Amino acid sequence: MSPEQLLSIAASVVDQAGPDEQIEVAVSQGRSTAVRVYEGQVESFTSAQTEGLGVRVIVDGREGFASAGTLEPEVVASMLAEARDNAAFAEADEFAGVAQPDGVEAVSINLWRDEVVNMDTQAKIDLAVELERQVREADDRISGVRTAAFGDSAAAFALASTSGIQAATRATSCSVGVEALADDTDGRTQTGYAFDAARAPSGLSVADVAGRAVGNAVDLLGSTKPDTGTVSLLLDPRQAATVLGLVAGTLTGDRILKKRSPFMGRVGEQIGSPLLTMYDDPTDPDSLGADSHDGEGLACRPTPLVTSGSLDGFLYDAYNGRKAGVGSTGSALRGTRGLPGPGLAALHVDAGSSGSFDDLVGSIDLGVLVFSLAGLHSGVNPVSGDFSVGVEGRMIRNGSLAEPIGECTVGSTLQRLLLDITAVGSDVTHLPSGVSTPSLVIGDVMLSGAAA
Amino acid sequence: MTTVIETELVNKVLSTALEGGADFSEIFVEDVQRSAVNLDDGRIENLTSSRDRGAGIRVVTGESTGFAHTADLSSDGLLAAARAARDAARSGGAGVKQVEVAAVTNTPGAVAVRPESIDKATKVAKVRQANEVARARNAAITQVGARYNDNRRQILVANSDGILATDDQTRTFFGVSCVATGDAGLQTGSETAGQSVGFELFDRYEIEQMAEAAADRAITKLQARPAPSGTLPVVIGPGSGGVLFHEACGHGLEADLVRKGASAFRDRLGTQVASELVTLIDDGTMAEEWGFYAIDDEGYPAKSNVLIQDGVLIDYMWDGNRARDAKRESSGNGRRQSYRHLPMVRMTNTYLAPGQSDPAEIVAGVDNGVYVARLGGGQVNTASGDFVFGMTEAYLIEDGQITTPLREGQLIGNGPKVLQLIDAVGNDFEMGPPGTCGKDGQGVPVGDGVPTLRVTELTIGGTAA
Repeated sequence: MSPEQLLSIAASVVDQAGPDEQIEVAVSQGRSTAVRVYEGQVESFTSAQTEGLGVRVIVDGREGFASAGTLEPEVVASMLAEARDNAAFAEADEFAGVAQPDGVEAVSINLWRDEVVNMDTQAKIDLAVELERQVREADDRISGVRTAAFGDSAAAFALASTSGIQAATRATSCSVGVEALADDTDGRTQTGYAFDAARAPSGLSVADVAGRAVGNAVDLLGSTKPDTGTVSLLLDPRQAATVLGLVAGTLTGDRILKKRSPFMGRVGEQIGSPLLTMYDDPTDPDSLGADSHDGEGLACRPTPLVTSGSLDGFLYDAYNGRKAGVGSTGSALRGTRGLPGPGLAALHVDAGSSGSFDDLVGSIDLGVLVFSLAGLHSGVNPVSGDFSVGVEGRMIRNGSLAEPIGECTVGSTLQRLLLDITAVGSDVTHLPSGVSTPSLVIGDVMLSGAAA
Repeated sequence: MTTVIETELVNKVLSTALEGGADFSEIFVEDVQRSAVNLDDGRIENLTSSRDRGAGIRVVTGESTGFAHTADLSSDGLLAAARAARDAARSGGAGVKQVEVAAVTNTPGAVAVRPESIDKATKVAKVRQANEVARARNAAITQVGARYNDNRRQILVANSDGILATDDQTRTFFGVSCVATGDAGLQTGSETAGQSVGFELFDRYEIEQMAEAAADRAITKLQARPAPSGTLPVVIGPGSGGVLFHEACGHGLEADLVRKGASAFRDRLGTQVASELVTLIDDGTMAEEWGFYAIDDEGYPAKSNVLIQDGVLIDYMWDGNRARDAKRESSGNGRRQSYRHLPMVRMTNTYLAPGQSDPAEIVAGVDNGVYVARLGGGQVNTASGDFVFGMTEAYLIEDGQITTPLREGQLIGNGPKVLQLIDAVGNDFEMGPPGTCGKDGQGVPVGDGVPTLRVTELTIGGTAA
């Protein structure tokens, strides 16, 4: 169905609102394919049609929600009844309600590429096969490829509410990913994973993905457990995006208002190095996180987060923005199957003056270049800020890359990581996650490995 | 099940999917209903409900799988998906094979009190009680979240080998999380309970005790000091420590990873992969546990599988594809997140069998180390064997005594090495809290459990020198 057809389904439910009732309906429909190849053959080919509907009802400040994975008319009708029933049991909150139009003009961004829809099945398979081939043939030390995959999706989304908001959009995306295996002489296996995403297949670089996966795996061969001690961390744009994304996850209005963020009450304070400036900018058409409207139908807009180390503010959806008295920042994220909540769409970190990636390596006396971080969900507490994650990478000694390391962790807190940024590179890179960031150096991090 | 598909249609879908000469076809129909109550920041934020039903159709030709899924359960919808899966499998040849599935093996779940029979106000009262108890526990508790949810998952699986099976799975969950505020910032504590049972979950778990436990964990950590950095002996308490085995070797014993050379345990069958104190079992038949089911998501009965016996690797875990390839039976470990996902080898309830040692003596035998009372999640690189897992409640051990609480941090080790370094296993045993295991983007409910155990050295990822 077209975005307009989905919008008419959403609007038809909204039209049933009673006099004192607010209703918001999100509807989506899409199709996707996923190809996985192994040893030059198709391991699996998945062809999928998906649809979904989410109905939010607010009566007298009480909110109820219901969702379904189908747009069958009788199910759509039953979800409205179910959401109404759920609302009856919630407690009233004067700030609850759908988003109200705030006059901000939405930017027009074309997220759709016909190229994805028109792509031939064989071409998808060929892309994944080629990715696997390039990895296998790149280096004699590559012992296998766990999986090489191509995926794409084309989906439409519509949202309507009793506040008069109507938004509809459609978007395409595609991706490739591969995990390379490299065997050590002692029988130990190292892995290298690489991934790329774009709006259309022409934006994917198979050679780059293959090269990164191979490099990460073979460069870890012979890795040992390092000595415990204090080091600097060098994060390339991919790893920097991961770490700063965790920080930005604590800068959301719900965490602030519910007193679950280490940064609450600190607007205007120096929370990071003066070298750090970052903001959320879903209006950047080059970001894969770009969109014209947020998950409640308000216009997306840039939101400053940290300027020269000083905390500017937080990301808000309608409810939390009202409660905080600052209004929504157009930062509501949602699928059709869940309630909206504030979050990061397209984090941007400004380039620094510390030069290229190689310049950053050259500036470090004792450090770790990070290849991968493990246990981000279990080792980072977004409330206390405690940070302890597994790391694989290479030591940096006297400005040069040195031996590979593994079976070790790096520890700090989210608060300290921001303050300990000692250099920001000039190499701003747009990443599949929607983040654009340069490389970062973070000093004074505890590397835990062999007995000190 | 609520959604009924006639056997005649099942046969037609399976036959259509086989057209062109595929080796195997399967239809998986799923109907899931969920309800949840969320309390946060002192009030009932919302109640949510969801309904998901659909079918996934899988066609296998040699090592190639074609898969299509649809939310349209009509005859037209299912046959269209069958043709899409067939085309996706790109099968050669032109054979026609009629499929006839056998009678349904019905396996009703043992649920005493159906959650959908309980009115919403009763569920609301449970989360309210947790909030009140936790806040009353200590003035330093500054935030409380409480969540109730239940889900009923009815499945039907039929395949061209003649299997036709159904299952009716119910899970009920309750969780409390607290934030405590002190001079050194915020700390968190949580407690969760979840079983494959209905509302009788609350006959087994007292809300009051759960809320107090969550509050006490957060309060204790206000006095915590940074965890040490480097290598130390570690004692892991009973229950949640099961995540160590889930990560250290569980994933590495999944046959799909083994086959691709992506497991540190490949080519190790029959060899001593762990200390003689280690007997590890994966058991999908543990009724009422979080990872329990009657049939897996390929229609094979759940089994109790001994993976490691007295330190010797006995077997890997298998799904249908890997079992067919190896010409053996599935071990009942083929699972998928939903009808939108392909099945693969997954764990169920994984536990370490109790040993002989007195838990107090295990701790008393450590001069300088760490006692981990509660573990959070973890992650493993199955190929290298390196794994991490988070400590959410841990203490120093000094001169054989459990002493100062520690801030959160992760432990890191190498699975094959750590299994050899287990030098004591307690005679106590507990199952841990309900977990969700992630693999290749799919999450499934799993349980695990351990007795008290000791590892002679693990790397503690703290920040203290």
